[in-house]
Amino acid sequence: MEKIERIKSEEMIGRIDSRLVKNKVVKSIFFAATVFTSIILIVLLVRILTQGAPYLSWDFLQNFASRRPEQAGIKAAVIGTVWMMSVVIPTAAILGVGTAIYLEEYAKKNAITRWIQMNISNLAGVPSVVFGLLGLTIFVRLFGFGNSVLAAGFTMALLVLPVVIVASQEAIRAVPSELKEASYGLGATKWQTIFRVVLPYAIPGIATGSILAFSRAIGETAPLIVIGIPTFVAFLPSDVFDSFTALPMQIYNWTSRPQIEFHNLAAAGIIILLGVLIVMNSVAVWIRNRYQSR
Amino acid sequence: MKTTKKELSPVQQLLEKKYNGGFLNRSERIIPIVLFFMAAVSVLTTLGIVLTLIFETIIFFGEVSIVEFFTAAEWYPFSETEAVYGIWPLVLGTLKITLIASAFAVPIGLAVALYLSEYASRRTRKVMKPILEVLAGVPTIVYGFFALTFVTPVLRDLFPSIELFNAISPGIVVGIMIIPTIVSLSEDALSSVPEPVRHGALAMGATKWETASKVIFPAALSGILASIVLGVSRAIGETMIVSIAAGSTPSAALELTSSLQTMTSYIVQVTTGDAGFGTTIYYSIYAVGFTLFIFTLSMNVLAQFISKRFREEY
Repeated sequence: MEKIERIKSEEMIGRIDSRLVKNKVVKSIFFAATVFTSIILIVLLVRILTQGAPYLSWDFLQNFASRRPEQAGIKAAVIGTVWMMSVVIPTAAILGVGTAIYLEEYAKKNAITRWIQMNISNLAGVPSVVFGLLGLTIFVRLFGFGNSVLAAGFTMALLVLPVVIVASQEAIRAVPSELKEASYGLGATKWQTIFRVVLPYAIPGIATGSILAFSRAIGETAPLIVIGIPTFVAFLPSDVFDSFTALPMQIYNWTSRPQIEFHNLAAAGIIILLGVLIVMNSVAVWIRNRYQSR
Repeated sequence: MKTTKKELSPVQQLLEKKYNGGFLNRSERIIPIVLFFMAAVSVLTTLGIVLTLIFETIIFFGEVSIVEFFTAAEWYPFSETEAVYGIWPLVLGTLKITLIASAFAVPIGLAVALYLSEYASRRTRKVMKPILEVLAGVPTIVYGFFALTFVTPVLRDLFPSIELFNAISPGIVVGIMIIPTIVSLSEDALSSVPEPVRHGALAMGATKWETASKVIFPAALSGILASIVLGVSRAIGETMIVSIAAGSTPSAALELTSSLQTMTSYIVQVTTGDAGFGTTIYYSIYAVGFTLFIFTLSMNVLAQFISKRFREEY
């Protein structure tokens, strides 16, 4: 009798051991996957830095595109991206925040509102190349903007609009209702409350989400290709109706050439692009941390 | 007597307010209407996308038979005399890339999500979150460059039979691109399973793995499936990585080592070339775009359906 008991407990200890071993094995596999993911990022960044850094120079920033890699520069692309963003940021910010205020503060909770909301989340899932087709048909052809700063800017603004809307909605929703009630209690009207109480409180949240959306617009390439933004540009745009080129277009052009020198130039261009994105993201994180604590 | 604003009686103040009320009332009425029109822009965008695709696709089908589009096994639009428009090779190209990407990203993504939500210390999570955010923020043009100049050469060193343009390298890199989507949404689903459920399983003597695999994972399944479907949808719509690293040969062959073309990279090829406005080739990008739109839209609707229909409520 006693013997049987002992065997049973030994068996159980054996089983426990194997279960614990299994747990440990699985844990180390998961850990390995996590480390692997980080290594991918490190490899990607190191590759691009080692390949592109030797090509970064003052001349690279100052020169226009060229057939000779040693003379090629990125000036037109950097300035072009700045021009494009000067259309994207105001357009997307005004439309995004306006839509968010409407949905959060004014819209009745009915079928139409739900439909608009569903529509926005579906829009966020539409591939960027399809937005390019929209831009090509509406802005380039129908409105006759051609492959201008304005056509690209509007297309990109529509592309990032859903992200700006959702971020702004969340920020507006997070405003404590006590603040609004206090404002109404003092006799403020609805719009006065929204403009002077809700928006100032929500702006850090809106800014954080919107900056992330805008950084997506800077790196997005496919819509620019589809609306026909040229890559070989040796001039700067003088107004929003001018033709231009943008950073990702220039990188794409250099990447698709067979010569290794152009690939190195592409890497140098990518360093500039990633640098801009890192600065924007740091600003977003800084705003988030600065205002989160209150 | 000098009356400053401060010394107005309450009644006078009210009267003054009424006088100003004309302006106030008007703006209070106009502002919601202006805001409504702003909200209408995103609805108009959807409408614009759908109508654009439909109208231009109808013109395309005026020139090319719809039967040919769905049944021909060849996509050969650049021939002067014998152009063939069968969508299948492009769909197959997209499927190849999506399949490789999911095969790469789903196991890794789920492993990372499980590690972060069930095993990792607070510190590890604090390190990993920004890494995943950076991975998610890397523009696809950069991933495309990485695929062509790093992953492809490495693969060709290992397996010399792989050609310069192939399905494997862009497939893997598209997988890298969707890992953050899968991890962050799955991890949200896993960590939204309440702590008491976890404690209950552990208190019954289950190991962490048993808790994770038999209790937490099934409870979070709807969110996890939705994250995978959304990842797949992004892989289908991914453009730059495949345009750069997969080549531009529409192929109906079932192999992965040579050049192919996806729906997205066809649109890029046509719009970078000089196919003139109004040609059949020009309209064909809308037919392809429409097909692509149907694919991604049904994936997104499926993801929404899964996360609504199978959600475990606590």
